[in-house]
Amino acid sequence: MSSENEQNGIKTQSIPITINRKKLQVPPGETILNAAKGAEIDIPTLCHNSALSPYGACRICLVEIIEGGKPGLVAACHYKAREGLVIETDTPAVRKTRRMMMELLLARNPESQTLKDLAKQLEVSESRIRRNEHDDCILCGLCVRMCRERMGQNVLSFAFRGDKRTVSPAFDRTSPVCIGCGACEFICPTNAIFPKDICQKPLVPILSDFEAGLGKRPVVNILYPQAVPNVPTIDKERCLHLTSDACGICETVCQAEAISFNQKAEMRELDVGAVILCPGFEVFDAAIRSEYGFGIYDNVVTSRQFERILSASGPSQGEIIRPSDGKQPKKIAFISCVGSRDQTCGNLYCSSVCCMYSTKEALIAKEHQSDIEPTIFYMDMRAFGKGFERYFEGARDRHGIRYERCLASRVMERQRTKNLLIRYRNEAGRFLEEEFDLVVLAVGITPSPQAKSMAKMFGVELNAHGFCRKVSFSPTETTAPGIFVSGAFGDPKDIPETVIEASAAAAQASELLASKRGTLTTEKTYPDENPFMVEEPRVGVFVCRCGRNIGGVVDVPAVVEYVRDLPHVVFADESLYTCSQDALEKIKSDIQTHNLTRVVVASCTPTTHASLFRDTIREAGLNPYLFEMASIREHVSWVHMNQPQEATKKAKHVVTMAVSKASLLQPIRINSFDINKDGLVLGAGLAGMTSALSLAEQGFNVHLVEKTENLGGHLAHIRFAIDGKDPGEYLNSLVKGVEENERITVYSGTDVKEVSGYLGNYKSLLKKSDEENDIEIRHGIIILATGAKEYQPREYLYGQNNMVMTQTELEESLSRDGGAGLRDVVMIQCVGSRDEEHSYCSRICCSQAVKNALKIKELNPEANVTVLYRDIRTYGTKEEYYLKARKSGVLFVRYEPENKPVVTETGGRLQVEVRDLVLGKNVRFAPDCVVLSTGIYGDNEHLSQLLKLPLTEDGFFMEAHAKIRPLDFTAEGVFLAGLAHSPRTMEEAVAQAKGAAIRAVTILSKDRILAKAEIPVVNAKWCSGCGNCIAACPYDARKINPETETADVIEVLCQACGACSVACHSGVSEQKGFEKRKIMAQIDSALTE
Amino acid sequence: MEFEPKIIAFVCNWCTYAAADLAGTSRIQYPPNIRLIRLMCSSAVDPIYIMKSILNGADGVLIGGCHPGDCHYQNGNYKARRRVTILKSILTSIGVPEERIWLRWISASEGKKFADTVTDMVGRLREMGPSPFKSMWEI
Repeated sequence: MSSENEQNGIKTQSIPITINRKKLQVPPGETILNAAKGAEIDIPTLCHNSALSPYGACRICLVEIIEGGKPGLVAACHYKAREGLVIETDTPAVRKTRRMMMELLLARNPESQTLKDLAKQLEVSESRIRRNEHDDCILCGLCVRMCRERMGQNVLSFAFRGDKRTVSPAFDRTSPVCIGCGACEFICPTNAIFPKDICQKPLVPILSDFEAGLGKRPVVNILYPQAVPNVPTIDKERCLHLTSDACGICETVCQAEAISFNQKAEMRELDVGAVILCPGFEVFDAAIRSEYGFGIYDNVVTSRQFERILSASGPSQGEIIRPSDGKQPKKIAFISCVGSRDQTCGNLYCSSVCCMYSTKEALIAKEHQSDIEPTIFYMDMRAFGKGFERYFEGARDRHGIRYERCLASRVMERQRTKNLLIRYRNEAGRFLEEEFDLVVLAVGITPSPQAKSMAKMFGVELNAHGFCRKVSFSPTETTAPGIFVSGAFGDPKDIPETVIEASAAAAQASELLASKRGTLTTEKTYPDENPFMVEEPRVGVFVCRCGRNIGGVVDVPAVVEYVRDLPHVVFADESLYTCSQDALEKIKSDIQTHNLTRVVVASCTPTTHASLFRDTIREAGLNPYLFEMASIREHVSWVHMNQPQEATKKAKHVVTMAVSKASLLQPIRINSFDINKDGLVLGAGLAGMTSALSLAEQGFNVHLVEKTENLGGHLAHIRFAIDGKDPGEYLNSLVKGVEENERITVYSGTDVKEVSGYLGNYKSLLKKSDEENDIEIRHGIIILATGAKEYQPREYLYGQNNMVMTQTELEESLSRDGGAGLRDVVMIQCVGSRDEEHSYCSRICCSQAVKNALKIKELNPEANVTVLYRDIRTYGTKEEYYLKARKSGVLFVRYEPENKPVVTETGGRLQVEVRDLVLGKNVRFAPDCVVLSTGIYGDNEHLSQLLKLPLTEDGFFMEAHAKIRPLDFTAEGVFLAGLAHSPRTMEEAVAQAKGAAIRAVTILSKDRILAKAEIPVVNAKWCSGCGNCIAACPYDARKINPETETADVIEVLCQACGACSVACHSGVSEQKGFEKRKIMAQIDSALTE
Repeated sequence: MEFEPKIIAFVCNWCTYAAADLAGTSRIQYPPNIRLIRLMCSSAVDPIYIMKSILNGADGVLIGGCHPGDCHYQNGNYKARRRVTILKSILTSIGVPEERIWLRWISASEGKKFADTVTDMVGRLREMGPSPFKSMWEI
């Protein structure tokens, strides 16, 4: 009795068959296996693969024909359905024969995990048949079919007969036809086939770029774990289907039908008002410096590779092993400046990051394995970033990392041990050799070729090094108007500077486009929330199969059946992909149909999918927080792949826990707050004025407060710039810009007396020195640009002899009278930096000394300039000026902090004596003038207390996160720029200032600000006002209400960590969404059988 | 049948929950004896949850947070560390050995560490046998 179905307008026949007493309609010619699969009847298979033709070799899929055909056992994978067929898949005969087959298979390869798992499923514990020592292959023919049908190569076939039957290439010789694709190895269930035995050509694995070539990757892969979007891509250069029309398996096996080989690159036209270029950099190719043996010796790796070796998710999962033998290395050498500061390969700049990442990698290596002995070979230790000097000193003095100041000249391999011999010349000029187990090359940053072509396309000029050329004080400006740059394409830089510049570039674009803000956005509208839906918990559970990801391990129908009986569950269903558009629509209609008031989705992880499902139930009129997720993929099916029964049990449990929490969920309404759209900028130096102008350009009114009477700060004392720009002219244009801008109100000679309020709503009292009354202003954000102070030296006869001066004083004198008569100048670096009182580097003094030395040489080429230094820290492209200074005859003499130079005065003549480390002797200078490169120190105690903002050990303000939030404070609404953050160059301060402005605009541009959803609430009736919650809150979001004397939550500041509710000893504070009874309910159901 | 310990894990949203996700996406296999309860921060783990788990018959409790210095909420993990230390001394005094309570720092990139921790913990709890409280309640 066949029936006719109409599908897509074409009439298709279907025939009735019966499997396990279940009546089915299947297309004629369908295999029993596929028919059973469609009806959720599980038939075990081994040699079947949906991408290949059925073969019937393993006989595991045997089923019994009861009626409608010749009674007996047949292989379900290739026996075709015919009308009236009656099949049983689990009769005693079937079970017995399957077990026999399993024993026969096990005899050929008892070690195979696939076979062992299958045997366990069929309840076979061991094989009674003697082990076949001849071959591990079970002759399932998957590889033969794969090679013939999918790869079109026909390299493999069965050879011989009887017990000698085997799979081999023709004549049992490696094949010239084999393309080495590895598909046979991939499909083999018993790991019994090796492409190296088949392919005549050498096999070349595809190396993973992300693993820096240390690991292999397939052609279809997710590029790296953090990829956005986190989906696989097909490497079209290597895909056999796209290059030779073979394979295409991925298209067959993807149940979501997400593979399309027809996708083509599209051209799209975008209408934009500004462009930001951030193409990044390329890592220097270490093979260019062939004397270090990268690519020749196994145990020479790049720092990027070593980073992967150290990574917990790397190729060795965090275990430190060396490539040649997989053993743990003990002595590790880091060689710095590979491809940086290197004239031989044309890279005349410093890569800025290698000193610190070498130190970091050495420290982490030692953390992983304390007996590792790292040595860092370096030229100058450039620990110039915020907090870096402390980090470096800690590594050297406390963690036993050895620093060897030298230039490593070459690396040689010991043939037997594969250890490496480093030949180097130490500072005293002696050549030494030392043996190491592993050598890490600290490779530098180079501009990428793609960036070069991009620059050409946008008409942006590059500098001599190939980085983006900058002409203004704003480091994010290119030579083309409206086109901005950020990151290492500008010049080599570390993470914080990159993040700062990204914000700065965004600020510049925003300044241009302020009038168009929000014109291209549309707001999504939702139906009103159904107020009746909050009352009775009517839980709907949606269990996802995620194709085979969950459904292949967890018995999804059993889970659905199980949850249907749980309290409050009124509806449960499964779907193939719950996140697909049709499944989401179904959730919405099921909410309506079954009047659901709580929704549980059992699928992947809330981290990626909760927002999608929340939005879906909101579209159906439910409050989005009436939703709970059970992770049965990441936490169940993927981690218990070989234990389907246990996985199913756990999945039931995990869903039950979610249901028990869901039935207690209450709607959460998120409060929003008005924002005052004015900004307050504290400090009118370079950073403060830049921030104020940027805010004003972006359309916001600014109160600019300056303590002194004059605008300009330290910028007023900078007479010339190292690259020839004119700071004086820039200062004038800034001051003029600030004074003429209608949106900026300047308060000079003014102190901040009091600041109250919080994000979006501040009130400040200003006190002008010449006025009686305080000025009250209201503002939504604060930018702190209060600067820092120049160290006033007490050493080296400063203040006692007129010819001992600071760099700033020298600069003044050079610009005033050309440094009249200066013939012999000695500069002393690190005065008030890197000493006991100041354990940080002031970052700019080396460049300042080089700048002034060059100026002296420019004014009088005959003058002698000597710089006494500890490390020259002319990072980035400033290195070229250091080189220029050396070439023009400036003498650089290094001193150790233990032997500081001694400045004396005899008969009015200055004399400087210092121990020269190269000569090993004391040398004396008799200069006209001694110039001290004084450091910068923070003087922020008062403001720190006034604004309740934290300071670092070194007295600078502490940002929210040193790397990824360098412009924010943890207190939201306050931002940081300029020297108050740490010592900076002018360009860096400008970038910070603009960056801080756009960070502020992210708040000011909103009409209202939303609080977090899962914030605590306080039952004021029982609150004793003890203040435990205030102490527990890291965000100052808790305070005692003076009227009621109970604790309040400042919702706008709360970050929803939940710490305060735990700290509450009377239990009157509860975090929304994580109330104690919900967690207790979860615990209860987790422990109930 | 071999004793199968039951473990309740209280994990922070940002590090250890993400590590459990990563163990999944990396297909690292571990025993199915653990049930995760997600909280925003390890500082939101009320000691009462741990007590309740033990009293209800859990054989072990795992508290997972970000590494010291890496807390998403600045210092929540330090609060968790203080609380767990105190709680352990209380539990010891009522006959629950402190080896049943594990506090571990597992960052979002340490999927393997998460799986290894669960595997180790299950092994250790198997050696220790069922929690004494399990039988106490079965009157």
